[in-house]
Amino acid sequence: MGHTETIDPNKPLEYQTEKSRLNILGFWIFLGAEVALFATLFATYFVLTGRLADGPGPGELFEIKGVLIETFILLTSSFTCGIAIHEMRRGSKKGLMIWFGLTLLLGLGFLYFEIEEFIHYVHEGATIQTSAYWSSFFTLLGTHGAHVSLGIGWMIMILIQVARHGLNTTTTRKAFIISLYWHFLDVVWIFIFTGVYLMGMVM
Amino acid sequence: MKLDEFFVTGDPLIYGADVSIILSMIGVVFVLTKYKKWGWLWKEWLTTVDHKKLGIMYILSAVLMLFRGGVDALLMRAQLTMPETEFLDSTHYNEIFTTHGTIMIIFMAMPFLIGLMNVVVPLQIGARDVAYPFLNAVSFWTFFMGAMLFNISFVIGGSPGAGWTSYVPLAGNELSPGPGQNYYLLGLQVAGIGTLLTGINFLVTILKMRAPGMTLMRMPMFTWSSAITCIIIIFAFPVLTVALALMTLDRIFGTHFFTMVDGGMPMLWANLFWLWGHPEVYIVILPAFGIFSEVISTFSRKNLFGYKAMVYSMVIIAALSFVVWVHHFFTMGADASVNSFFSVTTMAISIPTGVKVFNWLFTMYKGRIKINTAMLWSLAFIPNFVIGGVTGVMLAMAAADYQYHNTYFLVAHFHYVLISGTVFACFSGLYYWYPKLFNHKLNETLGKWSFWLFMIGFNVCFFPMYFLGFAGMPRRVHTYAEGSGWFELNAVASVGGVMMGIGFVILVYNIYYSIRYEPRLTTGDPWDARNLEWATPSPVPYYNFAKIPEVRGLDEFWRMKKEGKKDLDLKKDKLEPIHMPDYSGVPVIMSTFLFISGFGLVFEWIWMGVAGAIGVVITMIMRSFDPDEGYHVEVEEIKEIEEHVRREEA
Amino acid sequence: MRIFKPLVLGSFLLVFLSGCSALPVLDPKGPVGEAQKDLIFWSIALMLFIVAVVFALFTFMVVRYRERPGYETHEPEEMEGNIWLELLWTGVPVIIVVLLAVPTVNTIYQLEEPPSSTKEKEPLVIHATSADWKWFFSYPEQDIETVNYLHIPEDRPILFKLTSADSMAALWIPRLGGQEYNMNGMRTELFLQADEPGVYNGRNANFTGEGFTEQRFKVYAQKPEEFQKWVDKTQEKAPKLTKDKYDHMLLPGHVERQTFSSTHLQYVDHAKNAEYTVNVRERLGYDPEEESSH
Repeated sequence: MGHTETIDPNKPLEYQTEKSRLNILGFWIFLGAEVALFATLFATYFVLTGRLADGPGPGELFEIKGVLIETFILLTSSFTCGIAIHEMRRGSKKGLMIWFGLTLLLGLGFLYFEIEEFIHYVHEGATIQTSAYWSSFFTLLGTHGAHVSLGIGWMIMILIQVARHGLNTTTTRKAFIISLYWHFLDVVWIFIFTGVYLMGMVM
Repeated sequence: MKLDEFFVTGDPLIYGADVSIILSMIGVVFVLTKYKKWGWLWKEWLTTVDHKKLGIMYILSAVLMLFRGGVDALLMRAQLTMPETEFLDSTHYNEIFTTHGTIMIIFMAMPFLIGLMNVVVPLQIGARDVAYPFLNAVSFWTFFMGAMLFNISFVIGGSPGAGWTSYVPLAGNELSPGPGQNYYLLGLQVAGIGTLLTGINFLVTILKMRAPGMTLMRMPMFTWSSAITCIIIIFAFPVLTVALALMTLDRIFGTHFFTMVDGGMPMLWANLFWLWGHPEVYIVILPAFGIFSEVISTFSRKNLFGYKAMVYSMVIIAALSFVVWVHHFFTMGADASVNSFFSVTTMAISIPTGVKVFNWLFTMYKGRIKINTAMLWSLAFIPNFVIGGVTGVMLAMAAADYQYHNTYFLVAHFHYVLISGTVFACFSGLYYWYPKLFNHKLNETLGKWSFWLFMIGFNVCFFPMYFLGFAGMPRRVHTYAEGSGWFELNAVASVGGVMMGIGFVILVYNIYYSIRYEPRLTTGDPWDARNLEWATPSPVPYYNFAKIPEVRGLDEFWRMKKEGKKDLDLKKDKLEPIHMPDYSGVPVIMSTFLFISGFGLVFEWIWMGVAGAIGVVITMIMRSFDPDEGYHVEVEEIKEIEEHVRREEA
Repeated sequence: MRIFKPLVLGSFLLVFLSGCSALPVLDPKGPVGEAQKDLIFWSIALMLFIVAVVFALFTFMVVRYRERPGYETHEPEEMEGNIWLELLWTGVPVIIVVLLAVPTVNTIYQLEEPPSSTKEKEPLVIHATSADWKWFFSYPEQDIETVNYLHIPEDRPILFKLTSADSMAALWIPRLGGQEYNMNGMRTELFLQADEPGVYNGRNANFTGEGFTEQRFKVYAQKPEEFQKWVDKTQEKAPKLTKDKYDHMLLPGHVERQTFSSTHLQYVDHAKNAEYTVNVRERLGYDPEEESSH
């Protein structure tokens, strides 16, 4: 740090200070590391596909309906999150809070259906301990789900700060960064949807 | 769990270690209390976010870990000197080589280099700190807590003993139950967080905080090497994170990634481990290359030969480092085409590395080589590293590797590259940059003694090991039969090991001696060096630069000196208030919670793991609500400080 | 630095004086080890060339340009680099890598096949199974199983089919050729051959924990007639390997040499059944936790 605190009024609020610009760039790089993390989990999943021991296979258990609901909810939440940032850029604190609130609800909804789905699998005899395949399945999806949960907690903290301090260079930067994170989780989900669910149902 | 299972019992070596740990802890507490230094320790060090202080703490910890790893090494040499020795049984021997390898790579080599990066990089690019000073402190403390977690294993619960590579199924629950292997997993996991954060932090620092005029191709070579290392860290460490997490799940939560039963796949571990592990090798060698570039150029009084080639070769090495991992297990029965591919990619790495060696040699060409301790370490690097490098090429030849693999030939090779590469670089860098931090040099006489002892001892220790490999001695055996023909070479190696040990002790003594007796410097540029870190006075003011320098080319400080320009003219230059970050106690507290969480998981006390994790989350929330606005250093104060440090120089 | 050269030369001298016979890798007794030795010597020759060039340049630079009386005031000029020199020291290593890569790739492919010198002979198949910390050698055609030693006929390729009952090991007989991993739930294959009768050391080269050091075996290479005699005698005299006996031998530990006139392959193939050992140990009441906390 020790950078000069010059405000650049020509940029959007979240980009105006040097600190904000650094933090946003750093977060992009962090997402690069997250890509490597999920790529490893996906690789593990694909390597272990078909290693079912005596347990059930994905084709028997996957239900397209629940998965489609989850996908729809999460994609919508990415959309509402985008609108929230749009509202923030318009300078509307209220807009940001409403749309972030909606995003939160959708995130919680996603988690609800995902947990529902997991409970269903466990009842059908597929737990994280059943076979290598299910270990990798639950770990990959669980890591994504844990990220979503963390994102929800994080977003609540940021909403509190926005409510307290309004829109300033700090709160807008934080809101912008959580939005990047949220979109990233959406992208990961798209890969899960195609790589895990669609391919699992085909097999 | 009973108390005698919790504490490791029954071995006089361990009791000795217990006693010495307790005594030194009492000693530290006593000294701190007597001299009323607790507040100082907290305010100046535990809460610091200053990159220079963090760098010093990194290096101190690394030296401590070098001692621990070195003791492990000497114990191994003691056991192997004579055939059929019964000094250590196989279980102890296995634990010792496991901790030796893990500590040296993860808790010695990397933190030593990251410590030097901390000290040097912001100064070299003309910045006042790193991009995220708070995160930098988090990095240090997670590394430190990870190291402590790993190290307490030998008195509490028992050490891991499945090798630093921890191949499954041996390292799995089925064959190695108990806390030992968990220490490995959790210790590395906690420390790995810090490394990843360092990678991001320094990459952004280097990309965004360079002084005006310093384009990428005007960056000092150590900064370049740090930047490329950061990129490797960012893409390699998540792989380790996942691999460790999967094995932790296997061991504690009953999953089946690497198990023998229910479809687990042990080969997957070897692939994931080396997918991280090979880039890791370059994480600890590229910064070393950077250090050698700085030192050789400075003491040859010449700029670096073939600067661009040096940069491109590092980029190529970094890229290749991700496509060679299979060479660690050519004997796993992969197709001939696979082994051929990885043979060729591995050999290809020798090309850019060779380019670098010749560029260093020609940096000296027509120079004026000043031979002091810092330069000796860098000079010794070249021939020794070439021996390690060419034997690396021999190992890369898969068909021949079937004979070298798992033998002392391999052990000799990687010690040649890691010691003459990384360790020599750490020592060279320590001698070179030490005056910047402490305003006195390290003693030259002691320095040369320690250099020659260590360097000759290193060759005496490891050169015979190539032949032990040819003689068919596998690594990791805890003893060997009389008449196996391995005695003489082992005995020679042990002599070398002792010489290295003495060299290390002299190096440590030299620090103590120099603090007390070496004359204080009157200049911030004792070596007549070339880059911006030497433009600052020594010791460096906490804000580094009162005025950020303008950069017009490579080796900017050298140019300034030639043109007779001063970096700062207090009468003429217009100074501005400097914004600095606040110190924070959050990193050390957060990392302590991580330690607690990790410790709980080691013993599979889930409640403790969860409690620690909650602590981490709470500290993170506290941090998020902390306005963290920092403070300004006013012009008057800057002037006062600069006048004070520069008065001594004038 | 001047001490390096004597050191290097001295070590090489030491080796050649003691003769390569003390170094099994460099004095192989079969075509596989022979091919690997040729490759090793070829690479050593090329590598010594590189070492010589670098050491010579290094010595020249340090001796010629070091600061010394009469050379204290020389002020070196800055040099950017030299494109031709840099092309030279990129190009020459490329050539050397090619010179190494071609025979390497050739040998890799060659070692996938039985040795060409005896390609008209049918390879003898031996299943080599490692278990903590012992070796089982099963001869399916002869219906013989040996523990911790094996007999092979000379001048005939041996096809080792490798697997492991538990931790990952590596079958290594340095005088005959390089190693290959034994892995639980996997099958790997390794061709070896002895060109002359003799007793060779074999061992597990890959760390398997507590008893790894002693996980060794002896290889008796015999003339074909004598090998056949041994086979006949064993089939006649040796007891059958019962399932119970085999299962008990799967418990971690060392066992004496043993000989049987039937193989464990009738009970289990660890390459196909990865879980067998874990289940057996559980059934026999073996508790690894108890064992490791002594």
